[in-house]
Amino acid sequence: MKTAVKFFARARDLAGTMLLELDLSESATAADLRAVLGVQVPALQPILPSLLIAVGNDYAAPTTRVAGRTDLAVFPPVSGG
Amino acid sequence: MKFLPMIQLTHEPIDFAALTESVRSTQAGAVVLFLGTVREMTHGRQTVALDYDGYPEMAQAKLKELEAEARTRWPVIEAVIVHRLGHLELGDVSVAVAVSCPHRHQAFDAGRFLIDRLKEVVPIWKKENWIDGSTEWVHPGTDEAVGSRQ
Repeated sequence: MKTAVKFFARARDLAGTMLLELDLSESATAADLRAVLGVQVPALQPILPSLLIAVGNDYAAPTTRVAGRTDLAVFPPVSGG
Repeated sequence: MKFLPMIQLTHEPIDFAALTESVRSTQAGAVVLFLGTVREMTHGRQTVALDYDGYPEMAQAKLKELEAEARTRWPVIEAVIVHRLGHLELGDVSVAVAVSCPHRHQAFDAGRFLIDRLKEVVPIWKKENWIDGSTEWVHPGTDEAVGSRQ
């Protein structure tokens, strides 16, 4: 199912876009999303293992379902402050 | 004196004096203010500016969670956290945390907790603008982690 993903910081620079629509299986989890990103957005591969995935306002666990969510975000480790 | 939102992301300079004033209370015996400022030298490399990016909805939510957690652990009277986004020059204030508590140890501990956890979980990122003209996102734990967690 079509699922939009927002990118931030270096992930946005590498992906070359702020928003990307992916086609995920209905049962796709955050772990699945990471795998799909590695294939569909090869430019993310250098930072793929460190990317954080957020669903809504929370960090997703590998098993968190993400397909069809409208509030998915992917970004590298944070560095505010 | 409650005229500021307790949690705030802003592109404007942070008025840390007003922010500090806003947490003062007759119930408090201590007010602690932490300011993060743009440092020129990091591991021998020279910064000319930082650019901050954020995921505002999640950042606000995470900051509210941190404030709530601080309130469960210390007798916080008032707490204000403001983070600036956008382009910052050397010496500019990037983040301010002000906390008031009945006693100083509580205020120091709560303030330290808030800034330490902010740097770990709040989705905000800084990009170094080095003096040689190159730029580099700071992402702790990745190859680009130069200057992180200092």
